[in-house]
Amino acid sequence: MKNILEYLEHTAENHPDKIGFTDEQRDVTFFELMQNAQRIAGSLARIGCRKPVAVLIDRNVRCIEAMFAAVYAGNFYVVIDVHSPETRIHSILETLHPAAIITDNEWLPLAKKLAGASFAEMIILYEDAVLREINRDHLMRIRGQMIDTDPLYVLFTSGSSGMPKGTVLSHRSVISYTTWVSEQFEFGADTVFGSQTPLYFSMSVTDLFSTIKCGSTYHMIPKTYFTFPIKLVEFLNERKINTIYWVPSALAIVSNWNVFDFARPEHLQKILFAGEVMPVKHLNYWRRYLPDCLYANLFGPTETTDICSFYVVDRNFADSDSLPIGRACDNCDTFLLTEEGIRASRAGEEGEIVVRGSFLADGYYNEPEKTAAVFTQNPLNTAFPERIYRTGDLARLNEKGEFIYISRKDFQIKRMGYRIELGEIEAAAGSIEKVKSAAALYDADAGRILVIYEGSIKDTDEVLQQTADKVPPYMRPDEVIRIKQMPYNANGKIDRQRLLKEYCGA
Amino acid sequence: MEELLQILRKVKPGVDFEGKTDLFESGVLDSMTIVMLAAEINDEFDIDIQVTDIVPENFNSAESILAMIRRHQEEDD
Repeated sequence: MKNILEYLEHTAENHPDKIGFTDEQRDVTFFELMQNAQRIAGSLARIGCRKPVAVLIDRNVRCIEAMFAAVYAGNFYVVIDVHSPETRIHSILETLHPAAIITDNEWLPLAKKLAGASFAEMIILYEDAVLREINRDHLMRIRGQMIDTDPLYVLFTSGSSGMPKGTVLSHRSVISYTTWVSEQFEFGADTVFGSQTPLYFSMSVTDLFSTIKCGSTYHMIPKTYFTFPIKLVEFLNERKINTIYWVPSALAIVSNWNVFDFARPEHLQKILFAGEVMPVKHLNYWRRYLPDCLYANLFGPTETTDICSFYVVDRNFADSDSLPIGRACDNCDTFLLTEEGIRASRAGEEGEIVVRGSFLADGYYNEPEKTAAVFTQNPLNTAFPERIYRTGDLARLNEKGEFIYISRKDFQIKRMGYRIELGEIEAAAGSIEKVKSAAALYDADAGRILVIYEGSIKDTDEVLQQTADKVPPYMRPDEVIRIKQMPYNANGKIDRQRLLKEYCGA
Repeated sequence: MEELLQILRKVKPGVDFEGKTDLFESGVLDSMTIVMLAAEINDEFDIDIQVTDIVPENFNSAESILAMIRRHQEEDD
């Protein structure tokens, strides 16, 4: 096994007529998906191999076909968020220098504008390319040259500086990760995913590749359903969705609206979440109504494919508790390094989460300095070259041997000599009844801690008081601001950068 | 109605809401603004919008939003 296309081909052979993927307009079988990808691949023959191919298509089945087409042609894909600002797409394309852009009629005008007149020949139109004859000689020749450390995709994330950087992931990483996640959670041909995450977000890797490996079914849930939560539940029931892997903010929509008093999912069995801290208040709501489901808290950055540690919920937690991020995934070494970064943390001692193994990305595309800063030699090994990835996240081990997440390294602040965890303040505010979501910010210039919340409590002093009751005196927020709608970014997570800009002038 | 129009203008400035009957389908109101709008309406009209009210039909015109508010006010009386 060295190429993820083997998953697709194996499944297309065993379940040719099974529906693999659906969007609002279309269903596609595994066989059709494979064929369409092979057809489109023909139009990429002229660009050569191991080149970046940008995919400028909205979140739908065509986008998935285009992604696999790039791989069939021996290249790697980069899914572009078509709804992000043009300046951001521009900055991504400047870093990437794609050899081709696959787009469809819907996004052709944007593709033309981005590529510019002199690069018009770079554009491949899905509707034309999908009608080509499959060139088997071309496909076989390419497959013979590919190795498992070849890049599969580059995924752009917004760094803390706001400049997007592209993480390069190989076939090897994705195969290693998919092997773990599909075995750990026993995904199979009877698994029906209800996918929330966009295809340019690392969490989408889990349901996408598990689906092609196991012959599962992957339904893309239209984004508007998260606005109309009753429809969301109806969709889950109509499609008989039994497995979801969502960001906590998406799960919180259901609990905030108390949806389960009006409609309940009938087929759900596995509920996985990652991408941000899961407030236990919301988890408890779900567990109260769906007590027989499996719940798992997954943790990891894009740089470890998707996940490096996980915790299957096996006991009860109070609303104000924090949920462990558990233990390392199989075939992925996750451990803690002390602040100096040279020694492993002792039990209970705080340290930076670092990761070793095949899940690791190769680095950042066209960014040697940023790569060298976080993909470093393992300081515990001086005998031979061995790479680790420093996540920038802090954790400690509890007495059960589970990782307890603390916060981002740069989320930890010092004020008057005290070390303050914004995450802890945030969790305290978020656990208050009638507070739907909360974010704690530090205004470094003014030295002030702010809590921003959305919820029906109008009196901000009440929220301040209740938060202060749950944290040490030195962590007491200086100001509490109520907003009507917490801003979320394209992935569905709380948009901290926007809050910082708005309330701290950062 | 004037109170509601004021809220609508605050949530989504620069849109003429009167006479429009496709606020959601045409994208004038998106997911974000509907949640914000619901919170504003709850505060201003002192009602408690339920998840069963959060359907596209209730948000496609100022009239339909107002009708939903009236239903709640009657229930509370």
